[in-house]
Amino acid sequence: MLTARIGNTPLVRLRRVTEGLAPRVQVWAKLESFNPGGSVKDRAAFAIIRDAETSGRLRPGMRLLDSSSGNTGIAYGMIAAARGLHLTLCLPANANVERKKILRAYGVEIVETDPLEGSDGAIRQARAMAAATPERYLYLDQYSNPCNWMAHLHSTAPEIWRDTQGAVTHWVAGLGTTGTFVGTTRGLKGYNPDIHCVAVQPDAPFHGLEGLKFLETSIIPPIWDPSVADAHMAAPTEASITMMRRLAREEGLLAGVSSGAAVWAALKLAAGLEQGVVVTLLPDSGERYLSESHLWP
Amino acid sequence: MSVTFRIPTALRPYTEGLATVQVDGETAGAALTSLTAAYPTLARHLRTETGELRSFVNVYLNDEDIRALGRESTPLRQGDTLTIVPSIAGGAS
Repeated sequence: MLTARIGNTPLVRLRRVTEGLAPRVQVWAKLESFNPGGSVKDRAAFAIIRDAETSGRLRPGMRLLDSSSGNTGIAYGMIAAARGLHLTLCLPANANVERKKILRAYGVEIVETDPLEGSDGAIRQARAMAAATPERYLYLDQYSNPCNWMAHLHSTAPEIWRDTQGAVTHWVAGLGTTGTFVGTTRGLKGYNPDIHCVAVQPDAPFHGLEGLKFLETSIIPPIWDPSVADAHMAAPTEASITMMRRLAREEGLLAGVSSGAAVWAALKLAAGLEQGVVVTLLPDSGERYLSESHLWP
Repeated sequence: MSVTFRIPTALRPYTEGLATVQVDGETAGAALTSLTAAYPTLARHLRTETGELRSFVNVYLNDEDIRALGRESTPLRQGDTLTIVPSIAGGAS
């Protein structure tokens, strides 16, 4: 079964971009592009759809509805197609061409929203549609749905604990819906409260880090819990793009730009350590961004 | 000549909350310079330290990316609309 292949993604050690770190410092990356839908979002999307089905909220004839800047929509689209469900997705019009093609391939109905409003404009559109015709749409609301972060509590965190054999000392991840960071951090702290957990945001409200949010000026996701973060780091767009390219050329990891931000932050953190096992997460593959000439000239 | 910039929500904190701003400029680059002269804190969000447009910043003249026209030398006409959009992800299509 397709959804049985969600999770259990590889955790690999970065060996070349880590040059210059103290000998007893390791940096590991969890490769979420190995999920069947190609991104970390498979985990939350599957948990959210399964909950909608089992709770009885999804009644015959209803369509699934949510907003997404791309990857969650693709994950929903794949899972919905395999279950005979129908999905409507509010997507900023400046989402790239690969994303729109993949979504259409899965049969997703796309409602394009104002590119000037970013992902917050897509959220507002989905809320308005759900409020106007609640009998037609089941609004999944990945930003508020506790199944989002709980998917990481129950899968991402145990996988990291298992694959590092309990040796993880630091966890670094980007904030978008915040589900990955919040759920994984709660899970890891349950194993060992001393694990230092660092949340990564863009360094400015206007940025090029697809999938990440500058929370100060965004609609704050209701699942966000600032108390779980031990520290915050602010990733510059240009440095994140440079790191994304280095991951491809030096590690053989063709990853997306939010992965560049995560590894940039993980390495900056690791540079200040004498010893430790730093784990970060690469949300998706660079193949999803190849049309963007500013990323891959 | 007078042209209108449409400002994305993420940059409105730097334009006193304005969604549109009127500026003067003969070219796209000159109009950008007028914009950042009027709102100096915008500059670091749009240009690199060496003065180039940051790679992920797309500027559309009406519906076309200025990178596909004459870049910052693209001539403007009275009443044109310039739109600033981050390439999250990929620009309008």
